[in-house]
Amino acid sequence: MKRYDLIVVGAGPAGLSAAIEAAKRGLKVVVFDENSKPGGQLFKQIHKFFGSKEHKAKIRGFKIGEELLTDAAEAGVEVVLNSIVIGLFQEKEVTVKIEDKVHHYKADAVIIATGASENMVTFDGWTLPGVIGAGAAQTMMNLHSIKPGKKILMLGSGNVGLVVSYQLLQAGCEVVAICDASPRVGGYGVHASKVARCGVPFYMSNTIIKAEGTECVTGVTIGEVDSSWKIIPGTEKHFEVDTICLAVGLSPMSQLANMAGCDMEDNPKKAGFVPIVDKYGETSVSGIFAAGDVSGIEEASSAMIEGRIAGVAVAYRLGFIDKQELEDKAKELETALLSLRQGMFAPENRGKKIDKTEEGCDVSENLLKMGFISEDEIIRFPGFTRSKGTHPVIECTQNIPCNPCQDACSKKCIKIGDKITSLPSIDETKKCSACGQCVASCSGQAIFLINEEYEEGYASVTMPYEFLPLPVVGDKGVAFDRSGNEVCEAEVISLKTAPIFDKTNLLTIKVPIEMVDRARFFRAEVLV
Amino acid sequence: MINDRSRDIGEFIPAPDDDMIICRCEEITKGEIRSAVHDGMYTLTDIRRFLRTGMGLCQGQTCSKLVKGIVSRELGISQADLEPATARAPMRPIEMRVLADDLNEEVDKHE
Amino acid sequence: MRIQEHPILGEPQKGRLIQFTHDGNAMQGFEGEPIAVALRAAGVMAHRHTKKYDKPRGIFCAIGRCTDCVMVVDGKPNVRTCITSLEEGMTVETQYGVTAKKPEVESEKESKKEGTV
Repeated sequence: MKRYDLIVVGAGPAGLSAAIEAAKRGLKVVVFDENSKPGGQLFKQIHKFFGSKEHKAKIRGFKIGEELLTDAAEAGVEVVLNSIVIGLFQEKEVTVKIEDKVHHYKADAVIIATGASENMVTFDGWTLPGVIGAGAAQTMMNLHSIKPGKKILMLGSGNVGLVVSYQLLQAGCEVVAICDASPRVGGYGVHASKVARCGVPFYMSNTIIKAEGTECVTGVTIGEVDSSWKIIPGTEKHFEVDTICLAVGLSPMSQLANMAGCDMEDNPKKAGFVPIVDKYGETSVSGIFAAGDVSGIEEASSAMIEGRIAGVAVAYRLGFIDKQELEDKAKELETALLSLRQGMFAPENRGKKIDKTEEGCDVSENLLKMGFISEDEIIRFPGFTRSKGTHPVIECTQNIPCNPCQDACSKKCIKIGDKITSLPSIDETKKCSACGQCVASCSGQAIFLINEEYEEGYASVTMPYEFLPLPVVGDKGVAFDRSGNEVCEAEVISLKTAPIFDKTNLLTIKVPIEMVDRARFFRAEVLV
Repeated sequence: MINDRSRDIGEFIPAPDDDMIICRCEEITKGEIRSAVHDGMYTLTDIRRFLRTGMGLCQGQTCSKLVKGIVSRELGISQADLEPATARAPMRPIEMRVLADDLNEEVDKHE
Repeated sequence: MRIQEHPILGEPQKGRLIQFTHDGNAMQGFEGEPIAVALRAAGVMAHRHTKKYDKPRGIFCAIGRCTDCVMVVDGKPNVRTCITSLEEGMTVETQYGVTAKKPEVESEKESKKEGTV
C-alpha cells in the first residue's frame, strides 16, 4: 500500500489547483483521474472566461487547463490518469482501479474534487441516437473535431446551454432553437445575446414533447407549458433536426463523500446532494476535504480558488506551514472567491427574480424572455452613450463579476471600479483611440465600437467576430440586429486580427446611419 | 416511518407517460417503477433489487436521479426524506475478474 | 461532419488514416480517435439495439459513462466506443443485446410480414 501526504480525487480545475498549492509547500501529492486526459471540463471550453485578472479572465478555458498542467508538473505533482477511485474510506484510504488491478493507497488527507454529472430529462424518444448531452456535444466538437449533427435543438438556457449553442455555431452547425421550460433565460444575458444575434430563436416556457425518428432523430416537437408543467394544446411547434442537445443542469458527484461517512445535505443553493464543509473545505470527517463543483455547482473560476484554499488548509493540517501563513493565504483567496460570488447570478440569488441592477436600472426583461435586449431597453444602461467620432458602446446589462474591459482600455474610457460586478460605464471625458482592445477583451462579446460620422449617411460598427469563413474587406452582406433579424445591407470596411486579440477578430462594417443602434451582427452574401 | 408498508399511498393510477424508458440499460419504464412502489417497494434499494434499475451496464450513472424523483413523488414525500440508496464501493462499474484478482492478492498476503 | 478548420481551435491534429470494418463494410478513420467519432464521420448513428425492446441506441454522454454507445469490437462485446481508440484493422459490429448476432427469429418474422423470404 503506497503512502502519500495528500490524495486528490479528480484532476479538474479544483483538483489540480489544490494539488499545486499543497505540492508547492512540500507535500507529496498524487492526483487520480478516471479520464485519459486531465483538466476535467476545462479542455472543452473554448470561450474566454469571466472574472478579473486574478481569476484568469479573458483566457480561454483550454489555455487555463494547459497552464494548470504545466504548474502541476513544475510543482512535482504526480497525476495518474485512467485511474478510477472506486472507494474512499474514513481512514483516508482509497481503492483505485488502474487497468485491471485494484490498488490501495493511504494518505494523511484526501481532497475530493470529482466535479459534477449532467442531469437527465425524459421525453418520448429520448433514447434515440441523436439525443446527446451538452457535454457530449462539446467533447465531439472541441476534443474530436467532429460536428455532433447538422441541425440541433438545444434544451436548456443556463450557461451550459447558451455557451454550447454558440460553440455549435462556431463548429458550423445550425442551432434551430433553444428551448427551456423555465419562463426566463437562466444563463448570462451576454451569452444569450451572442446566439440571439446569430438568429437562434429562444422558446421559453417550452419543453420537448417528442423526439421523432425510428433509427435516429429526424425531428422534434416542442410545446408551451403552463404553470403546472402541462403542455398547452395548440402550442406545438415542429422542427426538423438530427440532434437534440440536453443542457438541463448539473449535479455534484458526491458519492465518495457519502461513502466515507461525511455529513451530507440536500441543498438547492448548491444544486444537489453535497458534503457539508467548513470555510476551508473540510468535511465532517477529519482530513477529508471537498472542493469545486462536488461541494456546490458554480464555475471553474470558483472551483480553482476552492481547490487552492483546500490545498493550503491541508498543508497547515499536516504541519507543513504555520497558522499565520494559512490565515493570510486563506484570507486572500476567500476575498477572491467572494468577489466571484456576487451579482445577479450569485449562488445566494439562485431562484430569485432580480428586477433592478445594483445601480438601480430596470433589468432587460426582453433579455430574460427572448435572449436579446430590445432597442428601447438598451438606452437605459451606462454602457450606451453617444459621442463624436469612434466610441465604445457596451451592451453589458447584468451585474456579473467581470472587468477585463476596464483594463483593456489604455485611454481609461471604461469604468467599472473596485466592485467588479458594477455595470461598465463610459467616461465621456476621455478620448477613444479606436484600437478595439475593449471589443476583443470582452469575454461576453458585448462591446462594439461605433462611429456615427464614418461617411455622409453612413456609420461604422466594429464587432467581435469568431466564425469562419472570415469576411474580407469589400465583402458585401447583410447586417442583423440583436434579435437576429436582417436590418440592412452592409459592407466590410476592415477586419483586424492580432495575436493579442486571441482569435477574437474585429470586424468593421459600414451601415446606413439610421441602423447604427441596431446593426450588431454580419453575414457575407454567399456567392452562387 | 417512511418504510411502513401499511401506510396508504393510494392506488396505482395509469398515466400517459407510463411507457417512458427510465433505466436505459435495463429498459425499465416509468409505469413499472410507479407500479412497483404500489407493490410495496418503498425504498430505492427495494426498487433496485425488484426491477433491476441501476443494475445494468452503467450501474445507475444515468437513471439514479430520475428513479429517486419518481419514487419519492409516488410516495408523496420529498426526495430528502427518501431513504438514500446505500453508497458503497465500487463507485464505478468494475469487472468481476478485477475484483477477484484483488481478493487473490489478499489471500496470498495472508499465507 | 468532420470539422476541417475551427475559428478558435484551428486545424485538428489527427493520427494517420487507417482502415477498419463496420458490420463487414470497409471504413476509414484516424488512428487514435475514439471509434465512435470515426463512425459518426461515416454517418453511423445506431451503435446497438437493446435486448428487450430492440431499440436503437448511439452516442449519448460521449465520456464513457452511460454505456449506450457500446459495440462488439474485435469480437468483444460492451466496448464503450466513445472512449476506445481506433486501431488499424479493428472489426466493429452492431451489438444486439450482448452479441453481434441480429436476433434471427425477429428478422424471419419481418420477412414473412413483408411477404419476402
